[in-house]
Amino acid sequence: MRRVRRTGRATALLAGALAISLVAACGSSSSGPQSVTLVAYDSFPKSGTPLNDALARFTKNTGIAVNIVTAGDTGTMVQKAVLTSGNPEGDVMWGVDNTLLTAATDGKIYASDPIDVDFGDVCVNYDIKWFKDHGINPPQTLDDLVGPSYKNLLVVENPTSSSPGLAFLLATIAKYGDGTNGTATGSTTTTGTGSTTNNGTSKNGINSWQDYWKSLRANGVEVVDSWDIAYTEKFSGAAGSKGDKPLVVSYGSSPPAEVVFANPPIDTAPTGVAAQTCFRQIEYAGILRGSKHLGAARKLMDFLVSSDFQKELPLNLFVYPADKTVKLPDVFIKWAVVPDTPFFVAPDDIKKHRQQWQEQWTQIVLR
Amino acid sequence: MDADRAALTRLPRWVVPALVAVPALGLLVFYVWPVATLLRRVLHLSIVGHTLRAPGVGAVLWFTTWQAVLSTVLTLVLGFVPAYLLARYRFTGRRALLALVTVPFMLPTVVVGAAFLALLPDGWHGTATAVVAAHVFFNVAVMVRLVGTMWAVLPVDLTGAARTLGASPAQVLRHVVLPLLRPALLAAASVVFLFTFTSFGVVRLLGGTAHATIEVEIARRALSLGDVGGAAVLSVLQLLILGAVVWWSARWQRRAATHFSGGTTVRRARHATQRRWLTAGALATAVMMAAPIVLLVARSLQVGGHWSLEGWRTLGGRTTNRPGTNLGVDPMASLLASLRFALVAMVISVVVGALAASGIAVARRRGRWLDAGLMLPLGTSAVTLGLGILITFDRTPFDWRARWWIIPLGHALIAIPFVVRSTLPVLRAIHPDQRAAAIMLGASPLRAWWEVELRRLARPLAAGAGFAAAISLGEFGATTFLTRSGRETLPIAIDRLIGRAGALPRTQAFALATILLVVTAAIVVAADLPGRTDADR
Repeated sequence: MRRVRRTGRATALLAGALAISLVAACGSSSSGPQSVTLVAYDSFPKSGTPLNDALARFTKNTGIAVNIVTAGDTGTMVQKAVLTSGNPEGDVMWGVDNTLLTAATDGKIYASDPIDVDFGDVCVNYDIKWFKDHGINPPQTLDDLVGPSYKNLLVVENPTSSSPGLAFLLATIAKYGDGTNGTATGSTTTTGTGSTTNNGTSKNGINSWQDYWKSLRANGVEVVDSWDIAYTEKFSGAAGSKGDKPLVVSYGSSPPAEVVFANPPIDTAPTGVAAQTCFRQIEYAGILRGSKHLGAARKLMDFLVSSDFQKELPLNLFVYPADKTVKLPDVFIKWAVVPDTPFFVAPDDIKKHRQQWQEQWTQIVLR
Repeated sequence: MDADRAALTRLPRWVVPALVAVPALGLLVFYVWPVATLLRRVLHLSIVGHTLRAPGVGAVLWFTTWQAVLSTVLTLVLGFVPAYLLARYRFTGRRALLALVTVPFMLPTVVVGAAFLALLPDGWHGTATAVVAAHVFFNVAVMVRLVGTMWAVLPVDLTGAARTLGASPAQVLRHVVLPLLRPALLAAASVVFLFTFTSFGVVRLLGGTAHATIEVEIARRALSLGDVGGAAVLSVLQLLILGAVVWWSARWQRRAATHFSGGTTVRRARHATQRRWLTAGALATAVMMAAPIVLLVARSLQVGGHWSLEGWRTLGGRTTNRPGTNLGVDPMASLLASLRFALVAMVISVVVGALAASGIAVARRRGRWLDAGLMLPLGTSAVTLGLGILITFDRTPFDWRARWWIIPLGHALIAIPFVVRSTLPVLRAIHPDQRAAAIMLGASPLRAWWEVELRRLARPLAAGAGFAAAISLGEFGATTFLTRSGRETLPIAIDRLIGRAGALPRTQAFALATILLVVTAAIVVAADLPGRTDADR
């Protein structure tokens, strides 16, 4: 390519025409410049960010161009991949999370096992100033939230329409177990160890997630449809919000986002994270079954887990790199919370029971 | 006499097929085929009963229907005064008011919905009242555009004659104006009903968790639960209901078609009382429509609750407070991408819409199939059509899944019915005698058709073009569902910014929304230009 650029334009055109006819003559042989298509969810930036600069370095080093296409939110992306399984829209898919992983693998979308590339937590966030002004300690655990001091203070997202809403429901399922379906309790639902583990009994008489949500409802929890409305309209801690709820289900990385995007700049986060309310979300990347550029796709996969790419994840996608050796930005070290013992539910269990859980939740909380 | 006239004005046989070929083929390839492919793949008789009996489906059907009926009736009632004022009077600020009324309809619901949410009293959040109020606010534009276009060519001498004969203004309205406007009113009602029946963004944003339309339930089933089959069942049900409504409305529009020869009859208010009423009506309309828009602009000037220009200053892209942080949203590039899509969508819509409307008008009874067919995409859930395209055009050389032009094509599918709806009533209002007269004067039937009918298409087509461009600029639902490469459109950039924690992205989102608002308003004003020259003549 470099030689072509040095020679005159006419020669380049001629060479180009020749190359095209050669490629055409060889059929689909991969002798031309290689490219690979990365399918991602909507919030993955297509250009102009350090994440894209990293991908440009990959192209420079390997000669493989990366074409990014966005396919909707994560649920939409997975559903489309399942429908096109075997004849995918791209070569590598970024960002299927553990709540959807089994739907993706059952739909046989991957050519090989996907690899975890980043993680984050969905946690209750609190408005630091509100709790200081009212002389109340912010909550730390799920048990706290049903207590009288926190009556009418919490806004959550509907788990049937919102991904953080579902994650929070799963946190409560991991903690309190399933009251109607023994199979999901204990053995199959994994919780962190230590103080957060509850094995189905509780001092306030809560023996299942169903009990917990009945108590939460009695304690005045507000349910809205999406994270946007919960966080930016209802939560009092978001910058400039006119909301009056000092507690919201959001992300463990929301406090650093408040610092990074504050204007004028601030040095301390206005919000905090209740560390024992967190559900761990893990995102995966994998080569799609039916990809016609397997070699290039494998090289891209290697790059996505390399530190050169992983180090750009925190400030661009507000998630933690899967590579634990990567140094985190200061604002993350200071203001984000990574719980020691986040709640976790196995992807298989989520796939098996999700619809039933969502329907039960709707009956308990909305009817 | 009628038979003689029919023989005299008969156009050559090839005219109708030539006109409808492109619209019909386009509809078959890009709508019927993908939807049919999806249904064939996921729809089985066994899931129909199961889906329809599922808990909650009855409630969804009931809510969808009653809110759509109520929204439609209220829109017709509340849109009547603005439609009348804007169609019949020339006054200072008329074009600004016209733009103001039209713009909310064009803006993505994410944006106006957020402003609307802030404007509503707290007790209204998550209620059906909020949903209906927003629907009326959004759809007044349909009333002004579709009924106004007709009203503007309604001969003044008819109402003048009625008044001279002693009719009261109410009698004139009831016995003269309303019957003449009936086709346009029916057209507006059917469009508003379609839109509110299939409402998605407004219901998600303002309806809270207790309210879902069929469209919302389709998306929930297909995308959250992975139940594409169940979603397809509901999609077909929605289509059947809307198909019946559209068919019924098209039939009535044809029956009610009125013939009058029009030039525009826009005039100035003549005496003081008239001027007072005009001012009051215009002001009331302006206040009603402007409040959410003013709030939206104000929000672009506030960061974290303080007045600040930072949202605008940092729009350039790479400027942020911290090095290494950037959302990858380039407003100017997004604006250009959106404008390019809008231009393509507009060209497709106007060409196809004009061909279709002329073909439907000439074919008379037989035209109703194409007329109803072109309305179908409006009643089809974006999820169904999107998934259909995904699994239909998936093999080389027809692997069109992530092609850029699929997006403006999708926009055109939504916009074409508007071009047809704003054109058809005008075409049908032309009295057959006019064409007969032209032929008597020596023109060939084809020439007479061109001179008498097609030349009158300029104004409604310009309005339709403006509509199409603006719909494309603000379209969000279908776009987000298609797989996209390259630059994001403006509404998607706005959505990405709004979905972030932190003060600045949210302010930037409202700054981008303001840009979208200004561009849309400019297009709406420009599309009305032919009307102005007519009035000034």
